[in-house]
Amino acid sequence: MSKSKYLVAGTGVIVGLAALILTAAGNPANMGFCIACFLRDIAGGLGLHSAEKVQYLRPEIVGLVLGAMLAALAGREFRARAGSAPALRFVLGMIVMVGALAFLGCPLRMVLRLGGGDVTAVAGLLGFAAGIGAGVLFLKRGFSLGRAYKVKKAEGFVLPGFMIAVLALLIAAPAFIHFSQAGPGASHAFWLISLAGGLIVGALAQKSRLCMAGGLRDVFLFRDFHLVSGFAAIFVTVLVGNLILGNFHPALSVQPVAHHDYLWSFLGMGLAGWGSVLLGGCPLRQLILAGEGNGDSAVTVLGMLVGAALAHNFGMAGNADAMTDGVFTAGGVALSGRVGICIGLMLLLVISLANLHKEEKAK
Amino acid sequence: MIDARGYSCPMPVVMVQKEVKVNAPATLEVLVDDPCAVENITRFAHNNGYEASAQPAGDDEFALTLVKKA
Repeated sequence: MSKSKYLVAGTGVIVGLAALILTAAGNPANMGFCIACFLRDIAGGLGLHSAEKVQYLRPEIVGLVLGAMLAALAGREFRARAGSAPALRFVLGMIVMVGALAFLGCPLRMVLRLGGGDVTAVAGLLGFAAGIGAGVLFLKRGFSLGRAYKVKKAEGFVLPGFMIAVLALLIAAPAFIHFSQAGPGASHAFWLISLAGGLIVGALAQKSRLCMAGGLRDVFLFRDFHLVSGFAAIFVTVLVGNLILGNFHPALSVQPVAHHDYLWSFLGMGLAGWGSVLLGGCPLRQLILAGEGNGDSAVTVLGMLVGAALAHNFGMAGNADAMTDGVFTAGGVALSGRVGICIGLMLLLVISLANLHKEEKAK
Repeated sequence: MIDARGYSCPMPVVMVQKEVKVNAPATLEVLVDDPCAVENITRFAHNNGYEASAQPAGDDEFALTLVKKA
């Protein structure tokens, strides 16, 4: 195993451990990290949506971006770049979010859910792989969002600056910031623990280039198993950790913050996978790239924030299964969510076809 | 020569993959401006019968040379 492969697998182990610690410290079950859920919580905390149970300024997200920025600056890899189809990336960020929130988790949380015994997430994994396969087909046929260009360094600090403002608002807690009193948004570790977890994982993800979508994409595209080793390491670490801690509960329903609407979990994560391939990386990778100074990824993250707000304002996000006093209430994806996923799939097809370019031949 | 400057991953590797698949050149020069692309192209080269070496080429840019193994 090469040194860089150790770094990817090692990062996967640290991400898994950090997720276990954050869950033990107060984050919702199987949600030590969830980029989609945590961006959704931030959108709620800022008042962009009014779903009262999912509003909190998650320090993990702040830490991921700032950790990546510090690692990039220290390694002389901070590069301010922008100009590669920013408006399309904004829309793609929104679409990825609609799909992930219908499933109730980003690709990273999908792995954490699987490691906790959540069998319902298998539908999401299959959909994610199918979506990546669709994206790879278009990559092979010449899909590209075009070149980015060097820009003033200040552009690269926009998202890190935004995240510092989010952290300041969390600590100051002014009245206009929303904090859930119940539900997943009210379950969180002490903010310093969350921030530290984000910083460590952000720095390691920057160094290792860890990417959930990139792992499967590279397997399909190049038969390259380098990145997917991180994906596997997270799963194994979380699985072993949950078995040791007694938190492994294999079942087909009533999993924490999850539903058993398999078809729409499949299609939702298909949307997330396909969109992530077109963007060049999963939601976690977009945060890391934005921390490295990539203005296009910063726009993507802002698109994800808006997508999260719309997912809740329009009732497109999935509803979790629940068991209250022995009475089972089935969750799932409502009609509005199903319509959202179908529109998202159509938009991805149009975006994929509209951005096919002839081969750039070697000179 | 492939000019992959400005393209984010995996585009630079996809461009190299197409060139290798179609023309199987004995040597191939690739210009990139992303350290991640350097790593990915080097790994692709090693997995596909090429030796790869990278040299800094100006402001935040790298010139990769891929040479087909005998």
